[in-house]
Amino acid sequence: MSIGHTLLGLLESGPRHGYDLKRAFDEKFGHDRPLHYGQVYSTMSRLLKHGLVEVDGIEAGGGPERKRYAITDAGVTDVERWLATPEKPEEYLQSTLYTKVVLALLTHRNAADILDTQRSEHLRSMRILTDRKRKGDLADQLICDHALFHLEADLRWLELTAARLDKLREAVAR
Amino acid sequence: MTPPPGSLLAAENLRKAYGPTVALDGAEFSIHPGEVVAVMGPSGSGKSTLLHCLAGIVPPDSGSITYDGRELAGMSDARRSALRRSEFGFVFQFGQLVPELTCVENVALPLRLNGASRKEAERAALTWMERLEVDGLKGKRPGEVSGGQGQRVAVARALVTGPRVLFADEPTGALDSLNGERVMELLTDAARSTNAAVVLVTHEARVAAYSDREIVVRDGRSRDMERAI
Amino acid sequence: MNVRQWSRDLGLGIRFAFSGGREGWVRMVLTAVGVGLGVTLLLLTTALPNVLAARDQRGSARQDLTYGAAVPPKGDNTVLVGMSATEWHDKDVRGRLLQPEGPRAPLPPGVDRFPAKGEMVVSPALKELLASDGGKLLRERLPDRIVDTIDEPGLVGSQELAYYAGADDLVASENSSRVVRLTAFGEPHPTTTEQPDPVLILLTLVVFVVLLTPVAVFIAAAVRFGGERRDRRLAALRLVGSDSRMTRRIAAGEALAGALLGLAVGTVFFLIGRQVAGSVEVMGESFFPSYVDPSPALALLVAVAVPAAAVLVTLLAMRGVVVEPLGVVRTAKQARRRLWWRLLLPLAGLGMLYPMIGNGRGHGDFNQYLVIGGVLLLLVGVTALLPWLVEAVVARLGSGAVSWQLAVRRLQLSSGTAARMVNGIAVAVAGAIALQMLFAGVESQYTRSTGRDPQRASMEIDLSDRSQVAVAAREFARTEGVKASVAISSGGFGDRRRDPATSAGITVGDCTALRELAHLPSCRDGDVFLVPGTDDDAAQQALQRPGRHGFIDPTYEGGERGREVAWTVPAGLRKVTARRDALQSSVSGLLLTPSALPARAAPTLYHQVYVRLDPSVPDANEHVRNTAAHVDRLANAWSLSPTLTSVKFTSLRTGLFIGAVCVLALIGASLLVSQLEQLRERRKLLSSLVAFGTRRRTLGLSVLWQTALPIALGLLLASTVGLALGAVLLKMAATPVTVDWASVLSLAGAGAAVVLAVTLLSLPPLIRLMRPEGLRTE
Repeated sequence: MSIGHTLLGLLESGPRHGYDLKRAFDEKFGHDRPLHYGQVYSTMSRLLKHGLVEVDGIEAGGGPERKRYAITDAGVTDVERWLATPEKPEEYLQSTLYTKVVLALLTHRNAADILDTQRSEHLRSMRILTDRKRKGDLADQLICDHALFHLEADLRWLELTAARLDKLREAVAR
Repeated sequence: MTPPPGSLLAAENLRKAYGPTVALDGAEFSIHPGEVVAVMGPSGSGKSTLLHCLAGIVPPDSGSITYDGRELAGMSDARRSALRRSEFGFVFQFGQLVPELTCVENVALPLRLNGASRKEAERAALTWMERLEVDGLKGKRPGEVSGGQGQRVAVARALVTGPRVLFADEPTGALDSLNGERVMELLTDAARSTNAAVVLVTHEARVAAYSDREIVVRDGRSRDMERAI
Repeated sequence: MNVRQWSRDLGLGIRFAFSGGREGWVRMVLTAVGVGLGVTLLLLTTALPNVLAARDQRGSARQDLTYGAAVPPKGDNTVLVGMSATEWHDKDVRGRLLQPEGPRAPLPPGVDRFPAKGEMVVSPALKELLASDGGKLLRERLPDRIVDTIDEPGLVGSQELAYYAGADDLVASENSSRVVRLTAFGEPHPTTTEQPDPVLILLTLVVFVVLLTPVAVFIAAAVRFGGERRDRRLAALRLVGSDSRMTRRIAAGEALAGALLGLAVGTVFFLIGRQVAGSVEVMGESFFPSYVDPSPALALLVAVAVPAAAVLVTLLAMRGVVVEPLGVVRTAKQARRRLWWRLLLPLAGLGMLYPMIGNGRGHGDFNQYLVIGGVLLLLVGVTALLPWLVEAVVARLGSGAVSWQLAVRRLQLSSGTAARMVNGIAVAVAGAIALQMLFAGVESQYTRSTGRDPQRASMEIDLSDRSQVAVAAREFARTEGVKASVAISSGGFGDRRRDPATSAGITVGDCTALRELAHLPSCRDGDVFLVPGTDDDAAQQALQRPGRHGFIDPTYEGGERGREVAWTVPAGLRKVTARRDALQSSVSGLLLTPSALPARAAPTLYHQVYVRLDPSVPDANEHVRNTAAHVDRLANAWSLSPTLTSVKFTSLRTGLFIGAVCVLALIGASLLVSQLEQLRERRKLLSSLVAFGTRRRTLGLSVLWQTALPIALGLLLASTVGLALGAVLLKMAATPVTVDWASVLSLAGAGAAVVLAVTLLSLPPLIRLMRPEGLRTE
């Protein structure tokens, strides 16, 4: 999962301090793995370098330097591209997908489209596996089936999430 | 918007309501010969209604359906029925085999409805039953065969007229995964061998994986995933 | 198995029956209506004896015929009653003229006060008729002012046409029954009961059995409505742990609920039917609702027998069914139905009837038990043979068109259900055919020839003795629609003034009239002719010789004094022969032209006017009746028909007709109900068949075949058994066996009509079920 895109997405709702960003991230996505402040700092410098964010202002004072970051137009385009690109189907990818869905909801983008796109990507993989399975021997079949069942589990999650988008939107807005 | 070039069956802006329930609300669809298209979506989203409209079983409230250059929406019931008899084939989830008729008679039924003699219809039926590996059941009645076998008989019946479009509504819905996959393999193989298009309504990804592409129906609106990207 | 357990399980079943949701209710209503219709018919049948008795009672309470009893002397408690009956479009109108002779004169039942001259009291039906446009001609005939209506006790039926009119010129005479003097209305000798005719009793018994058997068959079928859905529920019960016997009892409880509800529905139907029955008239018969009163014992029997039968039938039907927790298995490969025991039933029936063959009327009564048992076994034999026949035939049918194939295959798979459905019709038709044969055969014995040829005279009017025949004849000749009319008068001629030892008949008419009776070589007024009787003895021949003296209208011992007009047989008497097709039967004696009769003798004669009508004039006979009433209120006018059927016989036949119509309607309804139920259970299949392009016509035809095949077989069997039963019954009545093919065909046709009606009525729901909405799984 891409911390850079996530932080960019969080910035879309308005300029924030680095520390605010960490807090928002932890609150929405961090759950069991909070972000180190260092990670935020290095990510932001990378984004600055690529011109995806800009420094909106610096608050002088005690403690660490407090820069306020704002997203640039290029940053918005980058978030959009990222959201629209389906993830490569693989195991345990729901946390990335979850992040994408929540970010889409936060930034008032169409979350259902993300899910549909992802499903399509999954199906593409499943078609390939199915095809391999049909042509292959028993070993191939068993291997492909294992992958197929995992992908199917993802897809079920996608369906379920799609059915619960409205509820999730309420929860995120809070 | 005109139907995509080369498409065999295409629908635009379909609307259909059952009383206050809106089943289709501007759905689109197109399929090429030899293509397998999965229609996916949560239950109640209008998948089956889309299939019924496409197959000319139910006339839509508005919108157009073109099959092979002909407009389906304006056709009389008799002409649509004739079209279904000769050009389309159907497989449903269950309740489709006539319980009184033997399996071979069931498979021969569409041919006989088209006017074929009993002997020639049953001979053709047997050929298809062999391809679907159920020729051993010819004298049995549907009540005496297993679900998977019955479904294969139903697939044989759907294909016996050499349809150009095969409509399958949750064809594996009542089967376990092994039987379901076997039915799907046989179904898609058979359809591909005759260059028939398959409209496959399913909510199961593993069944949809037998398709070439899928469209998603949600709240009566369709989304063609290939064209969307 | 104890009572508590039974009642608990039955009660559980009843609860299930009422709590089955919408489907459950539909099934309950179907069962209840089915059983209800059966119960209605049963109650109506049990009420039939009371209806007949009540009618009899009413009839005898207003009886005013004295049958030749001595005329009581005039007193302050006597009334003169003049018979003034007429007809209106083939319906009898009972008419009486009343002339009270004192303040204590008896009133007829249902009449509150005597109408004065120019007034009349009429039955409600007659009042309505007279007020209607169609009754104008009749109003001309009965011009008196209507002052009151006859109350129910004075009528035998709600639709009876009757009136009492006031009069002041009636004269009682012993020589005529047209006017009688009464001290009271009512049967003077109510104890004289006729010895019942054994053949009539045979007919009555058979009618009852024939009507009730199909009703029983129908009730048995009705409690099994909705079998398949019930099966699923029973399987669920087994799953939660009820054993197979409990399950069977619970199923019986469900049937019991339907039967009990049906009993209630039947009672309501019966009460409605009773009211409706009061306002309808079938073949000239009507009655009052109050007559339709089932005897308590029979009603109780119905109330107990119907639910008991429902439980029993279900328990029996469940024997072939194994309810497993995961579903219901009908004993899979059912053993092929065996023929031998099915044949035993009708054979036993024939065996019971056989000893009575040739009994006829002359050898005492029929054994009622043997008759009922034999007929019942033969008819039940139809229901036993039919499933075998359907199975055997259907198994051999090849396949033709798709619709045919669908129907035949379905029948092969469940021929029993199909046979059960038509059993009722088969039994009804078999019974009705047998009865029709019996009726047609026996009819000749109860229908006597009147010797009348309606071609020569369409109507006969008997004038009362007072009227001026010449005037009357002129009036009739002038009446609209009359082509020709002749007047013939008759009287008696004896050898002595009092108590003559020998007498001969004299007939008076003009030459035209006499030519209608005998072949006259020539005729002038004043001529006298003799038609010798075939069995005249010497004394009679002597009395009719020229020059012989005698007396017209002699006085007889105990009778009123005659006019005793002396007359001599004239010399110019010519012998002539009677016409074979004479207007009057058995013409014999002296024929006189009017001036050959002494003027003093004219009032002693009875006068009859014969009228030939112009068939192209509508209501010509009603005009003639109007003229008759106009010239002589006591005249009798009737249309001549070549035969006369016994009244009792007519009503029995009427009863059969009403019953057969009810039974066929009932069975038609049950067929429709099972048909619809079957269709509903197949809605998904029907929709998918339509999806792959099956024509509606194909499915409609297959429904038709599916009904028509078993019915055709049923009718075939019914005709065979019916003809056999009819032949045996005719032999029992010692009557030559003839087959009334017309009635066989018409009954078979009626059965076929029921099939067609059922198919047509089930088409709209079929088309609705074939709509693609049935494919929706939600």
